[in-house]
Amino acid sequence: MVIYLDNNATTCIDPDVLAAMMPYLSDFYGNPSSMHSFGGQVGVAVQDARRQVAQLLGAEDTEIIFNSCGSEGNNTAIHAALAAQPDKRHIVTTAVEHPAILNVCKHLEKKGYTVTYLSVNEQGELDLMELEAAMTGGTALVSTMYANNETGVIFPVEQVGAIAKYYGATFHVDAVQAVGKVPIDLKSSTIDLLTLSGHKLHAPKGIGALYVRRGFRFRPFLLGGHQERGRRAGTQNVPGIVALGKAAELAQQYLQSVDTEEDHRNTLENQLLATIPDCAVNGGGAPRLPNTTNIGFKYIEGEAILYMLNREGICASSGSACTSGSLDPSHVLMSMGLPYTILHGSIRFSLSRFTTAADIQQVLAVMPDIVNRLRDMSPFSNDQAGWLQERDLVRAG
Amino acid sequence: MWDYSEKVLELFYNPLNQGAIADLNEPDVSVVYGEVGSIACGDALRLHLKIQVSADTVLDARFQTFGCTSAIASSSALTEIVKGKTLDEALNLSNQDIAEYLGGLPEAKMHCSVMGQEALEAAIYKYRGIAIADHADDDGTLLCTCYGISEPKVRRIITENQLTTVEQVTNYIKAGGGCGSCLAGIEDLLLEAQSPETVAVAVAQQNNLSQSSNHSAPFATANPSTSTLASPPLTTIEKIMQIQQVIDDEVRPVLMADGGDVTLYDVQGDRVLVKLQGACGSCSSSTDTLKYAIEAQLQRRVLSTLVVEAIAH
Repeated sequence: MVIYLDNNATTCIDPDVLAAMMPYLSDFYGNPSSMHSFGGQVGVAVQDARRQVAQLLGAEDTEIIFNSCGSEGNNTAIHAALAAQPDKRHIVTTAVEHPAILNVCKHLEKKGYTVTYLSVNEQGELDLMELEAAMTGGTALVSTMYANNETGVIFPVEQVGAIAKYYGATFHVDAVQAVGKVPIDLKSSTIDLLTLSGHKLHAPKGIGALYVRRGFRFRPFLLGGHQERGRRAGTQNVPGIVALGKAAELAQQYLQSVDTEEDHRNTLENQLLATIPDCAVNGGGAPRLPNTTNIGFKYIEGEAILYMLNREGICASSGSACTSGSLDPSHVLMSMGLPYTILHGSIRFSLSRFTTAADIQQVLAVMPDIVNRLRDMSPFSNDQAGWLQERDLVRAG
Repeated sequence: MWDYSEKVLELFYNPLNQGAIADLNEPDVSVVYGEVGSIACGDALRLHLKIQVSADTVLDARFQTFGCTSAIASSSALTEIVKGKTLDEALNLSNQDIAEYLGGLPEAKMHCSVMGQEALEAAIYKYRGIAIADHADDDGTLLCTCYGISEPKVRRIITENQLTTVEQVTNYIKAGGGCGSCLAGIEDLLLEAQSPETVAVAVAQQNNLSQSSNHSAPFATANPSTSTLASPPLTTIEKIMQIQQVIDDEVRPVLMADGGDVTLYDVQGDRVLVKLQGACGSCSSSTDTLKYAIEAQLQRRVLSTLVVEAIAH
């Protein structure tokens, strides 16, 4: 029995989503672009899905472009924004974005663009004054995430968007972690472009969408046929699109009862803090997604915690260097300036609507012993020899 | 998840020799610990040794580790390996010995075994009164500023583990894993290590290892850099002449540049007796000089079984 608390990495496919898409993997295999009725009925399904996604976002059907994933959406959005204002060569983003934004920006820097990476404070929050100070008349794009994938901290996107609009910049939001978890209404929004990904909201991997505000001067990133009204070439992934549509419909329903998920998260968080000394919620003082908690356990290392959890059948995630190909810990937690004592031992638990109270109780049952065992081994837990330095206890800087 | 061996997981979930060693002031016993790493680097190890002074032998070893699965398993493995060894034997243990004991480590985790070997060295150096700051690895140009790794250390790890790529160096000691500004420097050291002369020695070592691969002792393939060179075996006179030549041509110029000197006193089997002179004679890091500047060079250039000892003036 697996207790899956890594839903910010990916989610299970909702059984109803699977049921909705299955016919399009077997019987209804026509090409939605075909002129015959066999393809035409598939085209109707695609349009239905477009409407379902648009409704989740408070958007119009024609504002939704289906694509393959969040990375494609982010790449497309950035390139579209720059193509819309080719005389502007400045981009503003944040230091805690997903690599699908950061690496594109680094690439563009090599191409002659200037990029400002906004910092965050210890709670993972943006400083709007810093944003305003960074803006110039030459700023083509402001791109921020809606909510951070590691901490769940939600950015004040409408305030960011207002500043971007004031300076005539396009405003893109990477909402991959937020869509389906918090209500989003784009009708009255400052957002021009918004990215979402299916596998974060119980649809399969390989399907995503980009919202493009009506009237935005959009230039396609992927050239070819006339699919998606010429804005994204390539034969449509019909089963994925149908699945995303159904997932969006279910998410909209679920948003009415998301308190359950948040209650589970709060129970987990509060009980862990109550039973385990020397731990803290990273970003706990900021507005956050209801499904995410990122807790730093002082003096121990994240991978070791994950392996202990894994032996108990519990799946979570860590921002430690040892879980990744990099040798540095999470760039998000680093940017927050967390002390080294907590930086390497941070664990993300991300829940979904399928998380049960029993799942939470099982985590609460095993975590204290896991932390105690590792702290018993750690030379820093009882640092009688004074190995820790002052800098380890304050900020990583 | 990483592809850890059963042994790694066993020692992670059920670590042996965890904790500290209390110093009970027992006669003929000394307790010491060595530390490497830091919480900033993401892994750290404090290795405790209980040493029988008269026998110069490790009676007991325990560890305290901050780190990942493989760091904990490597620390535990090290404590098992080192118990019962003389300090000289312990100093000859390499990170490869730790990795082999564990049934191998993912290459990206080899730095955990290096950390173990370094903690062992730190503990023994501390016991012998050699300041860590005098360690040969810490001298010289700092190559990787992110992780505080010196050029000599990178050079030594490349040689000891026969590394050929920058990625391997990063996996073994983290150098280059931060900002990346030292990657070109690491490449230079790799090219230097792959010079024709070095390659010839490596080939000879490999031949020798192949010939002796039927043994099954756990440390039989210990540090390749200290393996015996290929046959034919040297006669006594050849051995002495070659030792003299390496000392004159390669060792003395280096020592003399620092105000020191060395002369060959005698060769008794594989024991090379030398006199340290000038600054080397009174230097607090003379053990380092013997081990790294002279013994290691003679082992590389003449015979891997040579042991260098300094005699009194």
